[in-house]
Amino acid sequence: MESYLNLFVKSIFVENMIFAYFLGMCSYLAVSKTVKTAVGLGSAVIFVLAITVPINFLLDTYLLRPGALSWFDKSYADLDLSFLSFIMFIAVIASMVQLVEMVVEKFAPALYGALGIFLPLIAVNCAILGGSLFMQQKDFSGITESAIYGLGSGVGWLLAILAIAAIREKITYSNVPAPLRGLGITFIITGLMALGFMSFMGIKI
Amino acid sequence: MKNKKRLKTETTSIFFVTKEKEPLLSKKNRKLLIDPLDDNNPITVQVLGICSALAITVQLKPALVMSISVMAVMAASNVIISLLRNLIPNRIRIIVQLVVVASMVILVDQILRAFAYDVSKELSIFIGLIITNCIVMGRLEAFALGNGVWKSFLDGIGNAAGYGFILILVAFFRELFGSGKLFGYQVIPDSFYEMGYVNNGLMLLSPMALITVGLIIWIQRYRNRILIEKN
Amino acid sequence: MNRDSNVYTFLFATLMVLIVASSLAFTASSLKERQISNVRKEKMQNILATIGIETEREEAEALYNKYITEELTLKQDGSIDPEINAFDIKLNNELRKSYSDQRFPIYVASVEEEKYYVIPLRGKGLWDAIWGYIALEEDKNTIKGAVFDHKGETAGLGAEITQQWFQNRFLGEKVFDSQGNLVGINVSKTNNDPKDLDKDDHEVDAISGATITGDGVTDMIKERLTHYLPYLKQEKSIVSLYN
Repeated sequence: MESYLNLFVKSIFVENMIFAYFLGMCSYLAVSKTVKTAVGLGSAVIFVLAITVPINFLLDTYLLRPGALSWFDKSYADLDLSFLSFIMFIAVIASMVQLVEMVVEKFAPALYGALGIFLPLIAVNCAILGGSLFMQQKDFSGITESAIYGLGSGVGWLLAILAIAAIREKITYSNVPAPLRGLGITFIITGLMALGFMSFMGIKI
Repeated sequence: MKNKKRLKTETTSIFFVTKEKEPLLSKKNRKLLIDPLDDNNPITVQVLGICSALAITVQLKPALVMSISVMAVMAASNVIISLLRNLIPNRIRIIVQLVVVASMVILVDQILRAFAYDVSKELSIFIGLIITNCIVMGRLEAFALGNGVWKSFLDGIGNAAGYGFILILVAFFRELFGSGKLFGYQVIPDSFYEMGYVNNGLMLLSPMALITVGLIIWIQRYRNRILIEKN
Repeated sequence: MNRDSNVYTFLFATLMVLIVASSLAFTASSLKERQISNVRKEKMQNILATIGIETEREEAEALYNKYITEELTLKQDGSIDPEINAFDIKLNNELRKSYSDQRFPIYVASVEEEKYYVIPLRGKGLWDAIWGYIALEEDKNTIKGAVFDHKGETAGLGAEITQQWFQNRFLGEKVFDSQGNLVGINVSKTNNDPKDLDKDDHEVDAISGATITGDGVTDMIKERLTHYLPYLKQEKSIVSLYN
């Protein structure tokens, strides 16, 4: 239990997708102009990450990694399909995103209207594929761990985009040097926030 | 004029880039190559493909390999999609693009693992993340689907070069000031260190990549006022 | 045929999957041997580095076969399990098994009449796994050499454990105290001996700014060596060798 909590906290703060690995920067920069849309996209990212990471974990454990197919037949024990992992992961992600899009459109049309075209952007959100690739690299021991990692990374991403959106809403009232306006200042603020997040390094519960 | 149009659509250019009709002039083709280096840089102007870019800019070597990999993937997938552009069913075109990009990335990854093992270890998952590098998908959707093979090839090379240019620029400053080296060779003479010069460890930390890009954008927009954003 | 009809879409998708799958499978299988040999040779290179033999990757295999005389797989009690090839053991997978199923690989090397014992290490750094190899001299106490590597330590700080200058600090340090108790090597920030002249203090100077990675190295060495105690103490008593 404690190690789960540890993993959760670590994936939110220490290994924050945005501040530590810069994953999902494109949508982070594009959709962070107002808090409202930021929350919408952030929640969608949490949802998709929490679903795709464990699914891809199962895929990796029972299909892709060396010897993974031995549950099916002993003679497949030598088979190594790990070269297919990129394509399998992205396929799972793309279909999950499609699913989320349909669900949101049906049950929350207001949110769908607000997010508009940004939902399909999740499919090419590096944070989503990054979550699955990190999961594979970290060699989690069980599906619970990978689900918690996915959830935590998503929450961390929401936290990051929420923070920058709030700052950007305020910064429109500031007198930023013209060439730095918009993109430039956002980069620099993100850098400073990432510096702040570095103080979480090495914390354990 | 063209820049202004780009600006308005920059954040949504994956889906809404205006398709321009281009005559077969070599000048135009050259523009395809040169434009992305500055005026229409994928990172600092189009804001695409930042994701996988920054984590590997601590040193020049991985940044260079990454740029070359992206260039190979982009040129190849642009050409393939452009070849298939009249055959791809519209409904599954995103999936087709993903599959093409993913296969190219797998090829690059496998080749690196076999022939440049050390670099591939260094790049670890960031090679895989080329798949979701928005710039690749963005150019496929915006350019390759509507243009001929040769132009698409040039467009791929040009955009990858613009991307790589920023990557290498950032890596240059980070490696130079962070560890006093370039490509792993010490360039700051020992006498500097003896006089009390110290490497700036902060440059090695990831936040400095963001701040460096921020400063590059500042300088670029100062030179090229047309790119300045209106609030 | 109509490009948007279901039949066409379906055919297109099937054809695409077939072409992509077969071409990928072909490249992967034709490059596989090279990739595996890269991984093996790097491991050999690392093991050789701990006993003071620096080599190019291409020559690693020949030199490895020349200098490494035995690859042993140990059980918990220090006895040898002949069924498992020590070189094929991946500590990463091993650590996840239940303790009684774990096996401990050790490599015995002989260079110009000198005998060395190389023990693989694996532990946790600040961000992720760290690992390496440590070689003990014939007295099974003095460190002949150490090599460390990591998955994702901070570049320029924790990642410096892969550098020669850090690894050289371990040379000549002892892992047992004079009573024969395992103390390991303490990567210490409060070191009174920053030049590392005192080789009997079981301490090396830490990298500033990389406390947690350093602690990880400390823990890793002690934890892994504990499992080899039965083997290391087997033949000769450490105390008598120490004096």
